[in-house]
Amino acid sequence: MQDLGISVLFQGKNFIRLLEGLWITVRISLISVAISILLGIILGMIMTSKNPIIKAITKAYLEFVRIMPQLVLLFLVYFGVTKAFGIHLSGELSAIIVFSVWGTAEMGDLVRGALESIPKHQYESGKAIGLTKLQIFGYIIIPQTVRRLVPLAINLVTRMIKTTSLIALIGVVEVVKVGQQIIEASRLSVPSAALWIYGVIFFLYFIVCYPISLLAAKLEKAWKD
Amino acid sequence: MSKRETLLEIKHLQKNYDDLQVLKDISLDVHKGEVVVIIGPSGCGKSTLLRCINGLEKIQGGEIILNGETISNRTKDMHLVRQKIGMVFQSYDLFPHMTILNNILLGPMKSQRRDRSEVTKEAEELLKRVGLLDKRDAYPRQLSGGQKQRVAIVRALCMHPEIMLFDEVTAALDPEMVREVLDVMLELAKEGSTMVIVTHEMSFARAVADRIIFMDKGEIVEESDPETFFTNPKTDRAKKFLNIFAFDTIKGV
Repeated sequence: MQDLGISVLFQGKNFIRLLEGLWITVRISLISVAISILLGIILGMIMTSKNPIIKAITKAYLEFVRIMPQLVLLFLVYFGVTKAFGIHLSGELSAIIVFSVWGTAEMGDLVRGALESIPKHQYESGKAIGLTKLQIFGYIIIPQTVRRLVPLAINLVTRMIKTTSLIALIGVVEVVKVGQQIIEASRLSVPSAALWIYGVIFFLYFIVCYPISLLAAKLEKAWKD
Repeated sequence: MSKRETLLEIKHLQKNYDDLQVLKDISLDVHKGEVVVIIGPSGCGKSTLLRCINGLEKIQGGEIILNGETISNRTKDMHLVRQKIGMVFQSYDLFPHMTILNNILLGPMKSQRRDRSEVTKEAEELLKRVGLLDKRDAYPRQLSGGQKQRVAIVRALCMHPEIMLFDEVTAALDPEMVREVLDVMLELAKEGSTMVIVTHEMSFARAVADRIIFMDKGEIVEESDPETFFTNPKTDRAKKFLNIFAFDTIKGV
């Protein structure tokens, strides 16, 4: 009798293993996203500086990280650093470093754009009603910046989550890698496993990313101005 | 005009942007309850003068004194000085993320630490006076330019300023909305508010002013009561400027 490919999922601990892989994906993403948001906000504020040297350095950093494919950055950190300095970084740590470096650059640019899009008159109107600098930022500038930033930042977060699938290539056993292992192991017994397993992985990513997209849409609607 | 208490004194004010001198030795007194209208060609420095009074621009020479206290080039507590000076800008900058009422409440509550219910009551009364009470919970994007500008005036008034500065507040408005804003200002003038107004609306200037200041190229060229200024200007520069607003009949009568 022809076996249904989906049965692979329930053999042994396959489904649990997939979920464990997913957890690694989510964990690396969450840590990187948290670091990126924190450092990105600071970087974004630094990037609004008018100092030409600071501008040149931050610009160079942003362009470098943007132009390099993430996979090359991963190889550079995981293999390059080990070879060059003899430090052994685990795959997971390398991944967090690379995604944080990338996320910080992208987030920084988003924060810079959002801050610069607030018209100068908003600061002056705040001053004119006697607010202190801190109050102007707290009540006027930051709330407007956040409103502009959230949809863009959420888009970045989902991109980062999806891009973590690359870390299988530096030996981190995340959800895609687990899927490949399951498919390899059942290649002879269940030839159609690839379709089923990758299909399940598709839904796992969807389940993680969709609520984030929904949240973005909801916030955007609530803050429309 | 009777001699009144001097509220604002400007002494030999100088302002440069790099090498460009925009205000050269401006001296001007504004008395309590007086309405001073500043007119002049664009680029003459009249808006810059207002911005200097409110400390939005640093000055390179001279002194600005409000109620006997030097306020120019202060680095400390400038926000306390600005609470006494209300300013309304050309581009009616309400805060887009707040309702009309919250726009008005922000200054009194946060910088003056006044009680919310007390300020709300006052804000509602002021909104009623400018005919916008029904907009109290609307957002700025739902208002027309003229309505926003009236809210901006209310926002400044609610701080109980000693003097109000108006920087070309109707310049960005459609013609049919200019009137509603000017009427609010006329009303304030009648009540005895001290105001310094920069405007291009000549007939309004004539109606509202106690004194006209004519500026050109960064200096005060002429200073007189509105009647004299508009009917019989003393200087050639003022005559030339006023002629811009007059049209000769081209087809004969």
